[in-house]
This record gives sequence, structure tokens and C-alpha cells, in this order.
Amino acid sequence: MIGLLRNRKLREAVTQAVAVSVVATIVVATVINARATLDAQSLTTGFGFLRRSTGWDFSFSVLPYTISGTYSRTILIGILNTLLLGFLGLLGATLLGTLIGLIRTSGNYLFSLLGTIYVETFRNVPLILQAVFWYAIVSHLPRPRSAISLADAVFVSGRGVYFPVFNIGLFSVAIMGALIISWILILSWHKRRIDRPSAYHQIKVFGWLALAVIIIAIGYFAHTTGTPILDIPYLKGLNFAGGMRMPPELTALVIAISLYGGAYIGEVMRAGLMSVPKGQIEAGLVSGLSNFHIFSRIRMPLAIRSIFPALTNQYVQLMKATTIGIVVGFSDLFMIISTSINQSGQTLELLALLMGGFLLINLTIAFVMNTINRKIALKGYEVKG
Amino acid sequence: MRLKAELVESQKTYQSPPVESTVNKLRRRLFNSPLDTVIITSGFLIAYLIANAIDWIFLSSIWSAEDEPLCREATGACWSVIDARHRIIFFGLFPYDEHWRSTLACIIMIGTIVASCFSWFWTTVRLGLLWIIGFGIFYVLMHGGIFGLSVITPERWGGLALTIFIFASVSIIGMPLSVVLALGRRAKLPVIARMVGLFIDFFRSLPLLTILFTTAVITPFVLPGWLLGDKLYRVIAGFAIFFACYQAENIRAGLQATPSGQDEAALTLGLNYWQRVSRIQLPQAFRYSLPAIVNQFVITFKETSIVTIVGFFEILASGAAAYGTGQWTVHYVEVYAFIGFIYFMFVFSLSRYGAYLEKKLRVGHV
Repeated sequence: MIGLLRNRKLREAVTQAVAVSVVATIVVATVINARATLDAQSLTTGFGFLRRSTGWDFSFSVLPYTISGTYSRTILIGILNTLLLGFLGLLGATLLGTLIGLIRTSGNYLFSLLGTIYVETFRNVPLILQAVFWYAIVSHLPRPRSAISLADAVFVSGRGVYFPVFNIGLFSVAIMGALIISWILILSWHKRRIDRPSAYHQIKVFGWLALAVIIIAIGYFAHTTGTPILDIPYLKGLNFAGGMRMPPELTALVIAISLYGGAYIGEVMRAGLMSVPKGQIEAGLVSGLSNFHIFSRIRMPLAIRSIFPALTNQYVQLMKATTIGIVVGFSDLFMIISTSINQSGQTLELLALLMGGFLLINLTIAFVMNTINRKIALKGYEVKG
Repeated sequence: MRLKAELVESQKTYQSPPVESTVNKLRRRLFNSPLDTVIITSGFLIAYLIANAIDWIFLSSIWSAEDEPLCREATGACWSVIDARHRIIFFGLFPYDEHWRSTLACIIMIGTIVASCFSWFWTTVRLGLLWIIGFGIFYVLMHGGIFGLSVITPERWGGLALTIFIFASVSIIGMPLSVVLALGRRAKLPVIARMVGLFIDFFRSLPLLTILFTTAVITPFVLPGWLLGDKLYRVIAGFAIFFACYQAENIRAGLQATPSGQDEAALTLGLNYWQRVSRIQLPQAFRYSLPAIVNQFVITFKETSIVTIVGFFEILASGAAAYGTGQWTVHYVEVYAFIGFIYFMFVFSLSRYGAYLEKKLRVGHV
């Protein structure tokens, strides 16, 4: 017996078998227990409830919805809301972060001091505190009657931000988007086929012009007849009518995520800009490039390549951080799911949907960013300073 | 003699490089290009903003609770709300007469955290003893039940004490667990390494809130009753697993940064697995990954605020309660600024400490 234990291969096999069986036991016990609990509460399992109507309301939706919408549609709206919040927040954070990275590496005492104060302030306070703070500020803005007006087209009030939109149906917008994306794909495919850069350039310019004309034409003919193309909000009674409304929950969250994420992305950007080898910049100077060209053609492209993995990481983190939206009552995926759990009792199924949804979103971000990273990576010696 | 004469001669001919005058240096660093001049002008704007902030915080502000009626006319902050309601912010629903216990417990726990920043404590025994004693005193003071202290159950804990309790218990459970997970993922046994890897990646791919929500609301469905425990302890367990999964990856990075020759040398000397892990691999791995580990603690301290969503009365929720009633409802900015300042003090000092370690140990984020 002792001799058998001395045999390393056998010992390892036994250890692993024991580990596997322990995990399997825990999983099986959990499932059995869950079944027993659910049976005791006479809940039906399965995803059939997705076709039932919900009967409850929520604060914000990008798609039209009614209170009697089905669970599947409500969850879809939750995913879209999360994506919208994530998109706006990441966009704001990236723009702000780039600016902060630039001013922190500008070499100017005053500006880098300002950048440092910004980064240290917003990075060292929890995002959720910032979200409730901005929500308190945004919802205490003046009432619609005394709203802050920007050029009589955009109105900022405690009920939300109202701004003009084009009066074009969702379907036409989708067609426009599809046209633009397919043109970009065609271009990138062509870039590899056409040897002469000038020919490629001509195709590119003419293509974009033609596309612009087509899109304007679609917009002109497809807009709802009898209404102006541009729908401007106006005061009607105690509230605004027309235009598009950005609710205070969304506004506060976008501000909070932009400021918080901007501080982190600013640090990433700074590291990237500082990692550009000095020789590259000096070579640019020797070649007689202007400061702007050194920045736009040498520093920025090299910096972006070096920070891409870190940026991907930040994006995934920020996307996960959008779940705190529930604290101000924004109906994102997490809030929709937790309300659904309260209302329908389909706990495990909804939880699986929630985790699956986030897994999908995060994996998509990682996949897209990694693909871009691979495409723009410099080959071999080109990166060396 | 000749050499010395030459030296003196050379000092005469070759002067030291010209020293840049201070004025010149300032001009070069501040007014190097037209753009910089624009920047300087905006500098005055910044100075104006800072002056305004100082005025709001210190000069035109109202400090004592009795002066609250003056706040309507004052242009500065109304710190009366803090003066009047700070006990709610710090202690939540903790019984009024026992607030000294909560205060003392917080001071002891903060002392424990500060003490563990000194390298004298960095052995397993000392660090372990420090935290067990510090945490034990904290728990006894908060919970009571012995030494004539009245029992106060965790449902009535709140405010800063609850924030610190969650942070400390997540650290004390999560840290050993993270070492186990890191070693498990690097184990030579393929099945165990895969399973641990899957476990870590699964938890890292989810938002913390979903895990806290699951442990708070869903686990009653899947766990047998005798394993459930208080909701607070379940949430802490979930948080600790989440923390350990992130920390394990930091430690694993440190293990990978350790030169493989170290381990091979230990192997040739005939050390067994546990000796190699505890004497060779982990000490070096910790040295490499210490800044990243401290950074994870920083993030965790901030993330404790998320437990407010699953219904705990930590400092953020108690702050909302502090301005929630009567004449205080208009002073939300002051309350949030105050709580933000408390978080800032903790998080900023921890992150500065991490930066100091990074410089001292001359290691980067591995």
C-alpha cells in the first residue's frame, strides 16, 4: 500500500480523481437541492416564461415598448440599454482619457499638474458614489419651464436633456448604417488588392462622396411625410414635446463613467505616449516633419499600438461597471433581470441569462479589440526604437 | 606634481557647462510655444476655479449644526449637515450608547492595515497573527457578547464600520484563497489546473454586482439551510472569491516572472514541493507582484461600496440616509463630498503606498 503511494504517477492520478469527484459531488448536490427547493415552491423551470407578458414598467428604452411586452423583449431592451450606456460611457472615457494622457505628457508643469489632480480625484473615489452624486446634481437641474436652453434647440432640465433628432424611421437608419459598414468593409478588402496608392485614394474619395449623396437622398425621401426633417423639442405645457429625451439616469451615468473611466484610460494613454522611443520622434524631427505631423503620424500611431491590450482590459472593466446603473434606477440588463426575478420567480434561468449576456458582451469586446490589435500590430523590427 | 598642475590647467580651459538661469528654465518649461501661452492663460482660469473651491469649502462655509438657518444666505458649503448627522454616516444603525465600540474597532482595524504596510510584518506568522488579533478585537468590539459587552448583531452594523468590516474580511479570506488558486492554476496536474483556471476565468468574466446579487438573493435556492448563514456572511464569501480570483492572477504573474532557474536550483538541492513553494517561489513572486497586489486592495476598497445595492447600510447608504430627512435634503452635495473625501483618504494613501513600493522594490506591474 505504502509502495503504491510512492508511485508518483499513481498518486497524481488518485489526487486528480479525488478532486474531480469532490467537485462533481458539490455540483450534483447543488442541483438536487435547487430542484427540491423549486419543487417546494411549485415553480416551473425552463424558459417558457420568456413568452409571457411582464406587466411592469421601467424607466428607459431605446425600442418602443408597452407594459404588456414579453419577457424576451424586455430582456432584449435591457441588453440594448446596457450597450447604449456602455457605448456612450466608453466613448466619453476614451475622448477624455486621450486628452488627459496628452496634457499629462505635454511637458508643461501647469497642465500636467491639472491632469494629475483630475486623475487622482476621479480614480480614488468609487464609481457608484460618483454616479449617485451626478444623479443628484442632474435631477436637481431646473424644471422644464425654466430649462437651460442652448440655441433654442437643446434643452437641459431636471427631467432630462432634450435635443433635436432627424425624423427618420428606424428601418431607414438601419439601411444607412448597413451601407456605411459594407462600404468600409469593401474598402479594407480593396486596399489589399490595389497596388497603386493613388488609385485606392481616388476610389476612396469618390466612394465616400457617392455614399454621402445616397444617404442624404434616403434621409430626404424616407422621412415621415408631413413632418419637418429635423424634429426640434419645444415647450408644451409643463414638459417638452418632440425631439429626443436623454433621461437624467442615463445622463448621470454617462458623466460618471466618462469621468471615472477617463482617469483610468488617461493613465493608459500616458504610459503609451511615454513608451514611444525617443529615436522615433528625433527621426521625425530630422526628416523635417512638423510638430503636428510628428504627433499624428509617429507618436499617436505607436502609442495606440502599445496600449491596445491595456485598453481592451479597461473597456471590459468599464462595461462590467455599468451594472451599477441600478443605483440610480437606470433600466440596464442587470436591473431588468433583477426585476424579472422578483416578478416571475424564474431565478436560475434569469441568472443564467444575465451571466450569459455579460459573457457575450465582454467576449465580443475582447474579440473585436484583439482582432484590431492583430490587424494594426507592427511586424518584427518595425517597432524597435 | 605634474599631474596636479595639468589638472588645474584643464579646469581653467574647460569650463563646466553653462547653468541655465531660473528665468530661462521657467520660460522654456512654461512659454515654449504659442500654444503654451494659451495654456498659461487657461492657467488663470484654473486658479480662479481653485480659489472658488477653497472659498466654497473653507471661507464662506457654515460649520456648526446650530448655524443651519444661515446656510440659505451663505455662498459656501453647509457643513452643518455633517456636524448634525455625522453619527449616522459613521455608525449607521449602531446603538447610540455603543458608538465608542464602533469607533475603537475602526481605529484598531485601520491600525492593523497600516501596520501590515511595514516590511517587518512580512512573514506568514507575523502577518497572520497581526490580522487574526486585529480582526478578532474588531469583531469582539462590534459584536459583543463577552466581557460584559451587549450583543449587537450584524444587521445593526452600518456606516464606516461596516465598510471596513467588509474590506477586512474579504482580505482575510481572499488572500490565502488567492494563493491556493494561483498554485492550483500552475499545478502540474492537468485536470486540477484546468478546473482552477475555469473557475478563475468564470468569476473574472462577471461583474462583481452579479456575484454579490447571486450570493445575497439566489443562494437560498441552491444551498441547504444549514450552510446558509447570515446574508452579510454570504455576500462577504462571494466577494472574497471574486477578490481571490483577481488576486490569484496577480500572484500567478509574479510566479511566472520568477526565473525558472531558481526553482530548478531548489529541485537539484532536493527540496520537496512545499519547501520550494514556500521558500523559493512565493517569496519571490510576492516581491514581483506586490504593486499589483496592493492595487487590487485599492480597487477592492472602492468596490465595497457596491454592497449598498444588495441592501447593506454601509457608508454610501448611511450617507444617503443622513441627508434624507427634514431640512437636510438640500445638502446632498456636502454629504457626498464628505463621503468622497473619506474614500479618497483611504484609497489615495493606499495607492500612494503601492507607488512607493513599486519604486522601492524596482518592479513594475507584472
